[in-house]
Amino acid sequence: MKILVPVKRVVDYNVKVRVKPDQSGVDLANVKMSMNPFCEIAVEEAVRMKEKGGVDEIIVVSIGPQQAQETIRTALAMGADRGILIQTNEPVEPLAVAKLLAKIVAEEGPELVILGKQAIDDDSNQTGQMLAALLDWPQATFASEVAIANGKANVTREIDGGLQTISVEMPAIITTDLRLNEPRYASLPNIMKAKRKPIDAKTPEDFGVDIAPRLKVLGVTAPPKREAGIKVESVAELVDKLKNKEGVI
Amino acid sequence: MSILIVAEHDNTALNDATRAAVTAAKAIGGDVDVLVAGSDAGDIAKAVSGIEGVSKVLHADGKAFAKPTAEAMEALILPLMDKYDVLMAVASTMGKNFAPRIAAKLDVMQISEISAVESADTFVRPIYAGNAMMKVQSTDAKKVVTIRPTTFEKAGDGGTASVETIEAPSGPFKSEFVSEELSKSDRPELTAAKIVISGGRGMQSGDNFVLLDKIADQLNAAVGASRAAVDAGYVPNDYQVGQTGKVVAPELYIAVGISGAIQHLAGMKDSKIIVAINKDEDAPIFSVADYGLVADLFNALPELEAELTKIGL
Ligand SMILES: Cc1cc2nc3c(=O)[nH]c(=O)nc-3n(C[C@@H](O)[C@H](O)[C@H](O)COP(=O)(O)OP(=O)(O)OC[C@H]3O[C@@H](n4cnc5c(N)ncnc54)[C@H](O)[C@@H]3O)c2cc1C
Ligand SMILES: Cc1cc2nc3c(=O)[nH]c(=O)nc-3n(C[C@H](O)[C@H](O)[C@H](O)COP(=O)(O)OP(=O)(O)OC[C@H]3O[C@@H](n4cnc5c(N)ncnc54)[C@H](O)[C@@H]3O)c2cc1C
Repeated sequence: MKILVPVKRVVDYNVKVRVKPDQSGVDLANVKMSMNPFCEIAVEEAVRMKEKGGVDEIIVVSIGPQQAQETIRTALAMGADRGILIQTNEPVEPLAVAKLLAKIVAEEGPELVILGKQAIDDDSNQTGQMLAALLDWPQATFASEVAIANGKANVTREIDGGLQTISVEMPAIITTDLRLNEPRYASLPNIMKAKRKPIDAKTPEDFGVDIAPRLKVLGVTAPPKREAGIKVESVAELVDKLKNKEGVI
Repeated sequence: MSILIVAEHDNTALNDATRAAVTAAKAIGGDVDVLVAGSDAGDIAKAVSGIEGVSKVLHADGKAFAKPTAEAMEALILPLMDKYDVLMAVASTMGKNFAPRIAAKLDVMQISEISAVESADTFVRPIYAGNAMMKVQSTDAKKVVTIRPTTFEKAGDGGTASVETIEAPSGPFKSEFVSEELSKSDRPELTAAKIVISGGRGMQSGDNFVLLDKIADQLNAAVGASRAAVDAGYVPNDYQVGQTGKVVAPELYIAVGISGAIQHLAGMKDSKIIVAINKDEDAPIFSVADYGLVADLFNALPELEAELTKIGL
């Protein structure tokens, strides 16, 4: 079986972004970029499946600027076999990402696509579901446990009230939640090895997909700022404030 | 303009987030219909028909909708969308699961987790864990929108909508519900509670959450947690508050032994009053707290319990 893992290059999760004064977006100049944490979990899951056996190849694909190659290299160093970079400097919305991924699926014929449940920059939480729809494949989103047997994937999902298990026919789409696994750090030898693994360079035009945005960004502003309040000296003072000043208890 | 809202419920009770969706839909304007997809969910359909502002309730009942998969929801909703301009769902794990699937089938870009409606085609949504607010205008003819329920008022009762029964597709679908393991609690639901008390890594163990449970019982509060506390196995995953957990906006949020990482703040910084109890006076959580108490939680929590008892709680 082949597994496809789309990985996205995003602002590192430790960075607190700032909105640009002209409201055109957030300031990404000289900001540390990394692989989206949920994508790391997706790569890790694919590599673990391969280590267990039954997986022939893991292909990672990223859609983004030239530098997204680094993100692909990171995935290759974790254990993926080869990469595809669909290079564009334009912002690409989840619908267009899903359309490009659907083309790759048609070319490569994977039985499983594992994506992050959301990218921590745009927080859309859409791409996997959209890809599933375009392919008419079943989807198992927000996975915290995956077991594959007899042409089906049994997936435990993190839902609002607790955990839910569903069974989906393969081929299928899985999106990862935080507790699916803990991604490994790539070892130095594996980082060196990854440098020799192939990365195909493509463009959205190669696939004939129209990536023109459907959403027009009218402005990006900072959220209302919350001011720090006061420090209380004791629990008794705290209870007094909450009861008599704020009336919330 | 005609809008179809998908009601959020568990076949026994209507989730209030549905009422928030009605308010958001009214801000867009036009006829507001609500789809109740469930199994033996007649009472839910009736409850929805009483919400002020709802024109019509569509009720689809079938076994496949007791715990519907995204594929079943697609089979039900997609044909209905011929007649609607907007599909609206709650940004719950349910809505997040099926809504993008339908958006892709309609070839439209979903607008995820909006926090405000500016006009019929323009919405505000938080990005970067709420560190920026993006105003977006949709150029698609039809729109698929999910809403963040905490930022919209809950529409009240007073409506007299008709209930129309519609066919529920029966499958088989390519996915199947197997089982569910829901956390049981007599306390209010996290996203609906007026008061939330959350514990972080500072709690040190799941057993110590008893200290929070007692106070939660006194205040009729829900108990939440940081990701670190969930990852450490102190509490189940559905306790997690934050960018990738639940978003809450109660009257009072009490953070205990939580440092205040941006991912956690993303889930609670719209609370009306924030209290932080942390032994590190430089913890970032204090920068958003209305009332900060620098103290060891293992002293502060028993004291808090005693003080609340004193005032009759
Ligand atoms: C300030 C700002 C301005 C923007 N302006 C525009 C604009 O003008 N026009 C526009 O079209 N968009 C714009 N965007 C959005 C665009 O940059 C987002 O990246 C896009 O909408 C994808 O959303 P997402 O990654 O949150 O999707 P999600 O659905 O949250 O992503 C989930 C998963 O899908 C996969 N995935 C997603 N994207 C990729 C990718 N590129 N390559 C490989 N895998 C991927 C990954 O596995 C990821 O974990 C803007 C965003 C911001 C923050
Ligand atoms: C992709 C991604 C998504 C994430 N999503 C979320 C999310 O949704 N929600 C979330 O919460 N986090 C999320 N995180 C994790 C986040 O970055 C932090 O790691 C996490 O919030 C830290 O939890 P904490 O505050 O409990 O632990 P810590 O940061 O370890 O803080 C513990 C605090 O307890 C205090 N303390 C210790 N002992 C005591 C004591 N005896 N008395 C009083 N105070 C004490 C300490 O001073 C410290 O401030 C995410 C991270 C990533 C990468």
